[in-house]
Amino acid sequence: MAPGHSTCAGCGIPAIARTVLAATDDPVIVVNATGCLEVTSTLYPCSAWKIPWIHSAFENGGATAAGIDGAIKALRKRGKISKEKRIQIVVFAGDGGTYDIGLQSLSGALERQHDFLYVCYDNEAYMNTGGQRSGATPYGADTETTPAGKHSFGKCEKRKDLMSIVIAHHIKYAAQANVAFLADLAKKAKKALEMEGPRFLLVLQPCTNLWKFPTSQYVNIGKLATETNFWPLWEYLDGKYKINWATENPKPLEEFLKTQGRFKHLSKPGGEKVIAEMKKEVEENWKRLVDLADV
Amino acid sequence: MTNTTNKTNSVALTGGAAAAEALRQINPDVMPVYPITPQTPIIETFAKFVADGEAETEMIEVESEHSAMSAAIGAGAAGARAVTASSSQGIMLMAEMLPIASGMRLPILMLVSARAISAPINIHGDHQDVMAVRDQGWIQIFSENAQEVYDNTFIALRLAECVRLPAMVVMDGFQTSHSVENLEILEKSAARSFIGEYIPKKYLLDFENPVTFGPVGLPNSYFEFKRQQIEAMNRVMSEIGEIFGEFGKISGRNYDVFEKYKLDDAEKAIVVAGSTAGTAKVAVDELREQGEKVGLLKIKLFRPFPYAQITEALKNAKSIAVLDRTVSFGSHAPLYSEIANSLYQIPNTRYQIQSYIYGLGGREIFKEDIKKVFKEDWNNKEIKYIGLKENE
Repeated sequence: MAPGHSTCAGCGIPAIARTVLAATDDPVIVVNATGCLEVTSTLYPCSAWKIPWIHSAFENGGATAAGIDGAIKALRKRGKISKEKRIQIVVFAGDGGTYDIGLQSLSGALERQHDFLYVCYDNEAYMNTGGQRSGATPYGADTETTPAGKHSFGKCEKRKDLMSIVIAHHIKYAAQANVAFLADLAKKAKKALEMEGPRFLLVLQPCTNLWKFPTSQYVNIGKLATETNFWPLWEYLDGKYKINWATENPKPLEEFLKTQGRFKHLSKPGGEKVIAEMKKEVEENWKRLVDLADV
Repeated sequence: MTNTTNKTNSVALTGGAAAAEALRQINPDVMPVYPITPQTPIIETFAKFVADGEAETEMIEVESEHSAMSAAIGAGAAGARAVTASSSQGIMLMAEMLPIASGMRLPILMLVSARAISAPINIHGDHQDVMAVRDQGWIQIFSENAQEVYDNTFIALRLAECVRLPAMVVMDGFQTSHSVENLEILEKSAARSFIGEYIPKKYLLDFENPVTFGPVGLPNSYFEFKRQQIEAMNRVMSEIGEIFGEFGKISGRNYDVFEKYKLDDAEKAIVVAGSTAGTAKVAVDELREQGEKVGLLKIKLFRPFPYAQITEALKNAKSIAVLDRTVSFGSHAPLYSEIANSLYQIPNTRYQIQSYIYGLGGREIFKEDIKKVFKEDWNNKEIKYIGLKENE
């Protein structure tokens, strides 16, 4: 991926794309769902992609990858491409294109065991359209469609547990990563790209626009997400769970929340109840993960 | 028609099986499929061919028609020959992807067993599904019977790959897709050489020349992309004659963009597409025996619409009735509109032209209905309906 794309200052998406793509020497075809990465990297007649790349719509990253996988298999069978040459298909899609509108297409492609790596860069809302809530938006977050107001504290529902949904498809490898931990992401991408079949990476991507923080801060805020256990780093391989980063003393969730405009309303009276609920969710999720990893 | 009937090549198949038989001979690279009545016999028959090793196509049993077209686009962009099949709600669900296939200039072939659209849900044949997507940049060819389904599958694929636009081969749901008819199939070698190898121009698997498929086109470039699609569609008209000619040589079946049936001296002419043309031919024959100067224009190529040729074909008729198996709510029916547009090009002539709507949701249309239409006054004061129960 070449420089010259037009992602926002302080956006981690290019770092995610570059880190994943650098993790293999195989030729790669990139499939991009409609979203921030797609619109900022392919403004005709320019393209930031030095490798084959396709975008066709929002909700069909999985199905598009499936078609390419079918083409590779068919052309291999007919001797049009070498049988030995490994070709990687990597899908990049945001949380809207993955948790919500693209979930069916992803589910179908996972179930059919196509040979592809799906990378969801998760900025926890529809950012390409200006910040509307998605199935990835956390409880209590202020978004354009779940604004905090006199009678509202922001989003009233918890984030969808996408990792469990993905793992339920009997895939070999799935991992949760964070753009603030690039070495961990690189390791996971490399591991995933050495395997065959469907593989999945869910990568947290703090967004300056929706989360509302200074553009210099995305790495620090990403770190806090993991250090507070809001976004643990973990992986699933062949039925086994492994936590990749842990501390005896996780930081209080407030340290993460206070850095961002989307949670600013929670400092007002009444906010403490919402924060308590958020903490409960974080603790339960962490406990569940620890239990799974212990098995 | 040249008679080259070869008994070894004569088979009895449904329209759906005829489409699958053509696909067996074409042996496409990738076929993403999703079941829907009355299309399913196509993919079931073809799946059996693959299971028996008679075709080596990668079938992908996707989880929706939206994904079927998305996967066809992925496969086509990767450099594979991709085909699919659908009907009705399936076409509606994949409607988002249809202009993307044409906008990316991918020559995907889709067999359509045309069916009514919900609500109320109805699995029977009419043309509402294909007409609903007539402006999505796809070539559309209608078939009267199983033979034409088979033949059009070859012709449409050649045409699609020649101009780099996707194409639909349309058969009437049930009337054609599920009716067994005799047809002649091509010799394997003739079929293979007519279709040839698919050589994509730009494709994802060409790692030496990486290409960005589906970029953002802003107001400074989008219009020119559309202009190129317009030109590609126009090219169909200059290429199709040669493809018909080549197909005629190997099959003995010589086609045109439409079929004229006893039309040249007809004073009253009916225009219709699909299986009803067969019924209309019998009606024309019987009325001709009674001395009536009647004829038929059977539409085959609907997109692009052959305006100039149709103007020429209809120039001797005095009154014309256009039978649409679809409805355009709040507007004139699509085939009627196209015919009216064609006739408008003839200077100083005023035609009587009447719009009829028939056969929605599989409502039957009989020879006697068409004979009755011929006897009616075609003053076009209002749209007329064939077989409609007026008191309900």
